[in-house]
Amino acid sequence: MSWTLVVLLGAGAFGFKVLGLVVVGDRALPPVLERCLNLIPAALIAAIVVHDTFGIGGQHLTIDARAAGVGAAVVLAWKRTPFVLVVIVGSAVTAVVRAIA
Amino acid sequence: MIGAWGDPRLRPVVWASLTLGSAVGVFGFVFGVAAVSAGATVLQACAMSLLVFTGASQFSAVGVIAAGGSTASALGGALLLAARNGVYGLAMARRLPGPLGRRLLAAQLTIDESTAMSAAQDDPEAKRAAFWITGISVYFFWNTATLLGAVVGTAIDPTKFGLDAAFPAGFVAMLWPLLRDARGRLTATLGAVICVSLIPFLPVGVPILCAAAAVLVGVRR
Repeated sequence: MSWTLVVLLGAGAFGFKVLGLVVVGDRALPPVLERCLNLIPAALIAAIVVHDTFGIGGQHLTIDARAAGVGAAVVLAWKRTPFVLVVIVGSAVTAVVRAIA
Repeated sequence: MIGAWGDPRLRPVVWASLTLGSAVGVFGFVFGVAAVSAGATVLQACAMSLLVFTGASQFSAVGVIAAGGSTASALGGALLLAARNGVYGLAMARRLPGPLGRRLLAAQLTIDESTAMSAAQDDPEAKRAAFWITGISVYFFWNTATLLGAVVGTAIDPTKFGLDAAFPAGFVAMLWPLLRDARGRLTATLGAVICVSLIPFLPVGVPILCAAAAVLVGVRR
């Protein structure tokens, strides 16, 4: 990992926070823009889940022990299990399936 | 925070922020382990948590690097995820008046947890206090845990403990509350479909960026 990534991401992340809280402040944004901005986490987080589950092998889809762990996480999240348990059980299921396979 | 303990109205907030902080700590630990196994030094992992202080962005960046993606694609996805803190800032701005220095400090603490905890309070004073208490608690636990994870991570093989699935599992938990309304569900489904169908054709990390197009669901009222 490069320091360029660490520094640019740090500066960019802080920049967004300052832009919202200090620069724009409580001025209103166009409603369309606000609706789209509010949807960024749903779009990207869903994409990251499938990317980190099936796409880590490079430019092809991979199904391995991680799919089992993430599947368990989906069931737990659905049952409204606390965050920490979802992470721990998801990892544990992956480790067990990997050890067996 | 110690002062806030003396105010009975704020006691539940202090308690909740400590519980939340320790939960975030578990994730911070996993981040530290993952960062060093993706090739970061302990110092880089800690600098990232101190400077970026946005879990989803940090995980996304490290995930792309670990999968062999470029710095540019790691940065792109992570920055898009960081953009939501700007939206939180808009919501917090009217609740956090004060001198510029204090508002810049507040900006660094503007994340999912502090915004959500503040929004859950009733009166303006409690909203302000909840923001600071939660922000400081999460900052402390996140960074301490990153250091621990990074140090431990140099000594263990993360895949043996299934820690490579800890990211996506954690993201599943973060995604769930966003699926409450139909618009969120449609956006998430589109994002996932765009990403999975582009994985075979684009460099690692880039499909995540393309999935951002799913926010256009918001154009329709």
